[in-house]
Amino acid sequence: MSADLQITPLNALHRELGAKMVPFAGYDMPVQYPMGVMKEHLHCRAKAGLFDVSHMGQVILHAPGGYDAVAQAMEALVPVDLLGLGAMRQRYGMFTNDAGGILDDLMLANRGDHMFVVVNAACKADDIAHMRAGLPGIEVQEIADRALLALQGPAAEAVLEAMVPGVAAMRFMDVGIFESTFGELWISRSGYTGEDGFEISVPEAQAEPLARALLAHEDVEPIGLGARDSLRLEAGLCLYGHDIDTGTTPVEASLSWAIQKVRRADGARAGGFPGAERILGELQQRAPRARVGLRPEGRAPMREGTPLFAQATGGEPVGHVTSGAFGPTIEAPMSMGYVPQALAAEGTELYGEVRGKRLPVRVAKLPFTPATFKR
Amino acid sequence: MKFTEEHEWLRVEDDVVVVGITEHASEQLGDVVFVDLPEVGTEVSKDDEVVVIESVKAASDILAPIDGEIVEVNEALIDNPGKVNEDPMGDAWFFKIKPADPSQMDDYMDEAAYQAHIA
Repeated sequence: MSADLQITPLNALHRELGAKMVPFAGYDMPVQYPMGVMKEHLHCRAKAGLFDVSHMGQVILHAPGGYDAVAQAMEALVPVDLLGLGAMRQRYGMFTNDAGGILDDLMLANRGDHMFVVVNAACKADDIAHMRAGLPGIEVQEIADRALLALQGPAAEAVLEAMVPGVAAMRFMDVGIFESTFGELWISRSGYTGEDGFEISVPEAQAEPLARALLAHEDVEPIGLGARDSLRLEAGLCLYGHDIDTGTTPVEASLSWAIQKVRRADGARAGGFPGAERILGELQQRAPRARVGLRPEGRAPMREGTPLFAQATGGEPVGHVTSGAFGPTIEAPMSMGYVPQALAAEGTELYGEVRGKRLPVRVAKLPFTPATFKR
Repeated sequence: MKFTEEHEWLRVEDDVVVVGITEHASEQLGDVVFVDLPEVGTEVSKDDEVVVIESVKAASDILAPIDGEIVEVNEALIDNPGKVNEDPMGDAWFFKIKPADPSQMDDYMDEAAYQAHIA
């Protein structure tokens, strides 16, 4: 382990469990456990998987005017309806830049008198600086003394309900604060696998006891970053820095669903966020390109960077793959990438160039596996 | 059986050499999801990339350990690439090569040397 890597409160537990550790976003993180990526992936879809996502940033935003004051200020940074977000509810959103690109994607929760957000590990420092600069009068408090665990999969509800009564009544994207034997838990019914499940913010001293208690259940196995990646890709979810970045707009990224009507051109609070002109224009006139699902026809995975062509021979690339892997649940390779709007229709045949050979690949519906959220 | 530094095993079977990857290599690769095999009849030179293995983590190559002709490939791996993890030293051989110069085999390690190499 290199000396400048940060560790999470579960680092010792990962090692005890036999994890293979890798550097990820400045943290020493488990990429897989002895079970292996494929079995971890399948276990999460069949029962429940426990993920350490403590490297992600947890931030509380306070203002004298309460949640509404924070929401109003934050709407200047994200194209999301935050004033209309109900108490103890959460929404997905993104920080945009003046060119309409995406600085990071994040979760935003209305916690009654304040806002709680969760941001990506790699963008954490920039996001906090961005909020401090862009939210005058709002107190931006990084929560550095809590870990974040995700419990995902069809057994997650029963496992967590037995330890934290009340969570089973939550719906997808509800958030709640629960007193427990592991201290005060901040729980959301969400995750990034396409499965029903929970993200649990826990005081760092209680993180390992909580993780051990969850892992003691026969249905729960620890899951590393390897399977986290194949799970989110099967679920059609974007990975920041790969599928979305400052060079992609939310509309190009097929994330228009995250921009509620009230923030669109005809809405009561239209625009007012960085890059609004371009993003609102693309919402009305379609973006020149789109993020799509891709299913290679053969068995060879088409990984990130694979150029996409419209023809089997000749011509210039029309786009490229931004994420690609083998999908253990669909038992086939799968990718996501950007293609021109004219080639974005489901079923369009394209070619991905893998090791100098153009292999057929079809534009496919996302997600590759149906989501099982408790709505 | 002989071993290369690239974690291939080579087993002489009559006048051909059977090539696979070691248990150690298959563990390092992780779950194998795709295997691209050469065509039978291909003439290869030592260090040519002849097989592509894709695991859940990444793509990697198997290099031809010696000069020669590919005389048989293990078609069963195409439909069942996971065999490479289940039985890397046995059923999951990749190809058989007819050596152009059998003395090239002398360059490779025996099992004791290979075990020391990965230790």
